[in-house]
Amino acid sequence: MTDVLVCIKRVPGASGEVLLSDDGQRVDARHVGWTLSAHEECAIELATQVAGATGGTATVLTVGSADAIEQLRDALALGCDRAVLVEAETDRFGPVDVAAAIAEVVRAHEAAGTSYGLVLLGNDAADTGDFQVPVRLAYALARPVVTGIATCTVEGDLVVAHGDGPDGPETFELPVPAVVAVMEGGVAPRYPSVMGRMKAKKVAIEQVAAEIEPVGSGRVRLTLPPEQPSQVQVLGQGADAAPAVVDLLEELGMVSR
Amino acid sequence: MATVPSSARVVVIGAGIVGNSLVYHLAKLGWRDIVQIDKGPLPNPGGSTGHASNFIFPVDHSREITDLTLDSVEQYREMGVFTQSGGFEVARSEERMEELRRRMSSARAWGIQSELVSPEQVVEQVPFLDPSVIVGAFWTPSVGVVDSLRAGTIMRERALELGALQVVATVEVVGLDVEGGRITRVRTSGGDIEADTVVIACGVWSPALAEMAGAHIPLTPAVHQMISVGPIPQLADREGEISYPIVRDMDTFCYERQHGADMEVGSYAHRAILHDVGEIPSIEQAKLSPTEMPFTSDDFDPQLEQAFELMPDALGADGAEIRYAINGLLSLTPDGAPILGETPEVKGLWSAAAVWVKEGPGVGRLVAEWMTDGPPEVDLSHSDIARFYPHQQTRAHVRARTSEAFNKTYGIVHPGEQWSSDRNKRLAPMHASQQQLGAVFFEAVGWERPFWYASNEALLGDYGDAVLPREHEWDSRWWSPIINAEHLAMRERAGVVDLSAFAIFDVVGSAAVRAVQHAVVAQTDVAPGRVVYTPVLDQRGGFRSDLTIMRLGDDHYRVVTGGAHGMVDRKTFVDAMPADGSAQVVDLTSAYTTIGLWGPRARDILGSITAADISHDGFGFGRCRDIEIDTMSVLASRISYVGELGWELYLPMEQGARLWDLVLSAGAPHGAVPVGIGVYATTGRLEKGYRAMGAELDSERTVPEAGMMRPRVKDADFVGREAYLKQRAADPATVLCTLSVDDHTSASGQRRFMLGGEPILAHDGEPLVDGHGHRPYVTSAGSAPSLGTHLLMAYLPPDQAVVGTQLAVSYMEERYPVTVATADATPPFDPTNERIKGEQ
Repeated sequence: MTDVLVCIKRVPGASGEVLLSDDGQRVDARHVGWTLSAHEECAIELATQVAGATGGTATVLTVGSADAIEQLRDALALGCDRAVLVEAETDRFGPVDVAAAIAEVVRAHEAAGTSYGLVLLGNDAADTGDFQVPVRLAYALARPVVTGIATCTVEGDLVVAHGDGPDGPETFELPVPAVVAVMEGGVAPRYPSVMGRMKAKKVAIEQVAAEIEPVGSGRVRLTLPPEQPSQVQVLGQGADAAPAVVDLLEELGMVSR
Repeated sequence: MATVPSSARVVVIGAGIVGNSLVYHLAKLGWRDIVQIDKGPLPNPGGSTGHASNFIFPVDHSREITDLTLDSVEQYREMGVFTQSGGFEVARSEERMEELRRRMSSARAWGIQSELVSPEQVVEQVPFLDPSVIVGAFWTPSVGVVDSLRAGTIMRERALELGALQVVATVEVVGLDVEGGRITRVRTSGGDIEADTVVIACGVWSPALAEMAGAHIPLTPAVHQMISVGPIPQLADREGEISYPIVRDMDTFCYERQHGADMEVGSYAHRAILHDVGEIPSIEQAKLSPTEMPFTSDDFDPQLEQAFELMPDALGADGAEIRYAINGLLSLTPDGAPILGETPEVKGLWSAAAVWVKEGPGVGRLVAEWMTDGPPEVDLSHSDIARFYPHQQTRAHVRARTSEAFNKTYGIVHPGEQWSSDRNKRLAPMHASQQQLGAVFFEAVGWERPFWYASNEALLGDYGDAVLPREHEWDSRWWSPIINAEHLAMRERAGVVDLSAFAIFDVVGSAAVRAVQHAVVAQTDVAPGRVVYTPVLDQRGGFRSDLTIMRLGDDHYRVVTGGAHGMVDRKTFVDAMPADGSAQVVDLTSAYTTIGLWGPRARDILGSITAADISHDGFGFGRCRDIEIDTMSVLASRISYVGELGWELYLPMEQGARLWDLVLSAGAPHGAVPVGIGVYATTGRLEKGYRAMGAELDSERTVPEAGMMRPRVKDADFVGREAYLKQRAADPATVLCTLSVDDHTSASGQRRFMLGGEPILAHDGEPLVDGHGHRPYVTSAGSAPSLGTHLLMAYLPPDQAVVGTQLAVSYMEERYPVTVATADATPPFDPTNERIKGEQ
């Protein structure tokens, strides 16, 4: 039986054009709303799979404002059993602070009788892209960590994790308890069911305050990459265009002949 | 980047269902050199059409909306994009069942096949619905779904085939140029287009486009939440997009509509979520499309539970997930009606906005007709953009009213229901006095008008059952027997009526006579001091208005019209003025208040406060002149809308309170009472058989049909004259009659009173059809206390329009016997008008 903790972040939805707040500290969610990143949707899917396969529980956690309860409920609707909100002023929290806050909960829950054999996180945040929290969390908890993972299972005392490395597929075995940072692509995240959504509404969310003095991210500001003018190439008209489309799809590796 | 032609006969902005339909119908009517642009790509440029749920329930309480819908369905069918599915509107409560019975009235009145069915009958067709949740349903077999994007493409292609259209996608309008009050140019990201006719068919973006030209399209983008749940095995097992009837869960303000293997659940139950146009993302910024905004799940959760309650087996099916969820934007207006027609601010600039998919093709056809020949075939007066007063165009008003109305989308809305938001905005000068008199205020275009006065409650004791008390809560909602008591007191003694809501404008200038003569039917080249009541027609000879004109001088007319149609009438007159400025319209609505004094004692009362000669010989009927009352100069006009001797007294707004108090105190010894609009607009009017614009009169009705023909037609030309002469020469296809209800007793023994909109049937319940193919329905209903009966007005087939004919009215699915009381304009009460003449 493995109890899994999956850590998520409330982030702006993705769209073609990214807007930044005036002070450059945040991505502006005005038009796109708030969501979970694709990495974390996969992490939630893996968490519920592992919990289901081992007869354990899946707990979802976020560090942020009370608004992030929306994302916790989304995760509950997808099959997580419990949820924890670590209330914090997200802007003042850098990766090191987030990792410390999560570690605190892991320890507190352990003291209370729930020890997480597996902690899953997204590989990196969709908005700030710091790539740090999983490794810092593992360090803080003195647990092994592997990043860039597409799928994982727990087999006895081992976490078996698969990912794509520079030289091809990689498989890691980590002793439980371990930390795994998930990249999208290995599993298909599900949508909530109506019943899942209704159940999620009724779960009491554990709310704790982050008892740490944040050191911050040290970030000066976010900047946008220079605008890429979109190139439109007309491949043809009607049925005559079909061969050109097939050539292109082949070139992109989407079909093979 | 796409480029646009440098000029066009007409530019249609927008390629949603409305713009596409419009270009097709314009082309069909012979327009060429049409340019259609949209800022988005085709076929789905990203507006509300692109995410519409695309289903159509034809029955609506509004005749205008029903006509637009039926016309649209016909067009969708012809294009092969309509799939009939049938639809249930299910009731969870007895109150809703009663509303569904009322819906049956509308179905019967508009000739749409519908029936009330049991929960078991619903389940026969929708096996995954839990029948224990509902008490019954309203079944309409002709409900269906359409492919509105495909329809749009077909209509564009047809216009292209006619060589009439050029479509340019992905160009954005950056400006609209106006010169001398006329639209001249559309400036776009792809270049400028010179054009003197431009149509804004931009859905939720329309207000921003109008603003570029200094015009107003007072709608607001508002969220309608929708989710799609699937795959649901029960649905996936059947072929095609839709194989089960659509279900409207009326009491939870939700609908469930099959879409392939998915069930779409849409809601009008969540809080009103309004956006400003500026908040709508661009195509690049949007996550899905600009009008599919991020879903706010908290708002939807309660509906999810209710939907699950109704269809647990489908929505709870194994593997079914919420795989699409949006806060979809649609357009809402302060009164719920579309916004169609030429903007009153800018000549040549048209609006075709705030239209649902179910009305789109019909709106396209009718607006195209309107742009081509003048009036469209179907009366669109409730949708006329000219209807708005300035306060109704403000953002705050639009927000307030749409917020209030949103949850009434599937609500049970009483025909007399009053708004609660944005009230007390236009107050009559005597408002404080009215409050002291316990006035119950109803709103008319912003004005607070006393409907009856609590101070008259004591009259109920005087009149007993003559006030025709109503037992049923629905019949007596937004009503009081005090109205009928006030009526009887007025007929017996006198009544004083606040008429501040009149719209008043003068026509002045050397060409005033010619301009007014050309605008209206009646002879207005009369001696100064004459008052003329006249229809105003459109080119097809339909009613544009009916109003009163006083000739105050050789070059000076004063036009007085009902508040509701005031702004439309003003546009009619402004449009009728000569271009050289030799006659002009001056709006005096806010300058003058009007007090009506009517009843057998009116002359005694007025005589006690003025030294002017108001005897019958000194001040005849249909005359107006200035009289002095105390230190006030008052324009008195001897006419009546309630059938009594009396006057309308016009004076400057700031003196209104003083005259009101003076008339009331002078009237007290004569037994005069303040009388509300309940008498003025309903009981007094109906007893006299007076027709009201928007009820008996609209652009589909003619003067002969309304029984308002005068013996002679003036020689001077006027708008609609040619059509009118033809109408006079022919037998009318339908005849306006007044009917009297013979027996009010319902099956339960309770007496019921019709409120308007009910179908008139043959005595045995068979439907009647007039010469236009229309079924008769009640255009106005109300008490006739002086006759001791309840009167209904309706257009009847000519063979039924005979005094004494016995027919029936259907009310809440029960039939009541009625008899034709008059088959022309003869007043049921005082048919020879002795009282108005007041010769004694």
